[in-house]
Amino acid sequence: MLDVTTPLLAVKDLQAWYGESHILHGVDFDVREGEVVTLLGRNGAGKTTTMKSIMGIVTQRTGSVRFEGQELIGKMSNQIARAGIALCPEERGIFASLSVEENLLLPPVIRPGGLSLEKIFELFPNLKERLGSSQGTKLSGGEQQMLAIGRILRTGARLLLLDEPTEGLAPVIIQQIGKTIRSLKQQGFTILLVEQNFRFASTVADRYYVMEHGRIIDQFSNAELDANVEKLHEYLGV
Amino acid sequence: MFEIFGIPSGALFGQLLIGLINGSFYALLSLGLAVIFGMLNIINFSHGAQYMLGAFVAYLILQYSGIGYWPALIIAPLVVGLLGVIIERVFLQWLYKLDHLYGLLLTFGLALIIEGIVRNKFGSAGLPYTMPESLRGGQNLGFMFLPNYRAWVIVASLAICISTWFVIERTRLGAYLRAATENPTLVRAFGINVPVMITLTYGFGVALAAFAGVMAAPIYNVSPQMGSELIIVVFAVVVIGGMGSILGAIVTGFGLGVVEGLTKVFFPEASNTVIFVIMAIVLLVRPAGLFGRRA
Repeated sequence: MLDVTTPLLAVKDLQAWYGESHILHGVDFDVREGEVVTLLGRNGAGKTTTMKSIMGIVTQRTGSVRFEGQELIGKMSNQIARAGIALCPEERGIFASLSVEENLLLPPVIRPGGLSLEKIFELFPNLKERLGSSQGTKLSGGEQQMLAIGRILRTGARLLLLDEPTEGLAPVIIQQIGKTIRSLKQQGFTILLVEQNFRFASTVADRYYVMEHGRIIDQFSNAELDANVEKLHEYLGV
Repeated sequence: MFEIFGIPSGALFGQLLIGLINGSFYALLSLGLAVIFGMLNIINFSHGAQYMLGAFVAYLILQYSGIGYWPALIIAPLVVGLLGVIIERVFLQWLYKLDHLYGLLLTFGLALIIEGIVRNKFGSAGLPYTMPESLRGGQNLGFMFLPNYRAWVIVASLAICISTWFVIERTRLGAYLRAATENPTLVRAFGINVPVMITLTYGFGVALAAFAGVMAAPIYNVSPQMGSELIIVVFAVVVIGGMGSILGAIVTGFGLGVVEGLTKVFFPEASNTVIFVIMAIVLLVRPAGLFGRRA
């Protein structure tokens, strides 16, 4: 059994570069098993880069990313995926040359314990109706987001990285995604969420980290949210 | 025998058959080019040389080890495909992020080197390759005479083309390939080893060329320049079909072979240029090609 005091994901002094530009300057945070943790911050704070560095998509990186006690910093993104982490990228990454069904079945199952297709359709009934659609990119923005989340639930990954899943979506769809995230948490998934919309984040998250200029500058739990609203407004500029 | 438009049926169908044979080679070669371009973004100018190498491997293993045509159909693509894997690892993998021109120049240089080495060793005169015993002779169909070997080439080429299309468009492996063509970074982040997949794709495309080379050996002589003569037409086929389109490569390969054959019957003077005329028209009207997805 996993030691409950060890976090599922522990990020220490994570630094990352895009070519010459130094984007992350030592990011520290951790995510415990079964938690929903949100990274908040303005545009360009380094939230997406943090996700991509954990996933190994940004390859120029140093520091430490430990998942289930295993060091991932030197690994390639395909190895990191097989360690049990799955990413739902900000731009959703639905493939135009694949049908909806092919998009849904694309990520390979890496270990047992993923959701069955029926369970995924219970979460996203729209997807089942659109399964025959010839092109994944012909779906609406909301449906594409559901497809992007749905496809990583099958794989058996225990940690889901969701990068701004509500961006550009209608309020009713945002509510549905919030419901989905809460349901996934109940089913034992651990989720690291990147959000700009902290009102949405407050409906799903257990803890928050605030990022600025490639560093974590503050953190608090959901219970401490009300006391920190003023500060948050300042951080996020809202 | 009867006449169609004043032309004896034997002559007409004979040219049609030659057109289909040429079309079989156009289709196999442009299919390999399309697969390689789609996945690697490389315009593989050494494709003709790799086709020629396939024929030479078949010739050499027959000369020195007595290994005949049927095993050569498997051995030559494996040997040349392995060479392709080495070429991809040593040279091509460094070029993916650069302009197409670099890949084209590199593979063009490789083609010249491969052809030069083979010419230096074997001379430029064609070497004969015996047809397999089982495919000699032919069938009299009444309206024309159909040599067995040529019928085999058409059937084999069609079978390979259709299977390749099926794998790419209808299977899970094909879905990985198509997805990796669009967004390799994300496919890799799903746990798929995309670099290995790219290497094997190049190996497969090259093996297709070598397979075509073995099939060509009994029809044409085995010679160092057999690939460079063919490859220019094949590139025209690829441009007409649309760079990177699998179905386009197959349909235009066979189609243009037939058009070329028919031109030989009705207007022989134009038969060598008709494909290039069509290419020019297609480029003017549909620059992305008849089946092309991107400009």
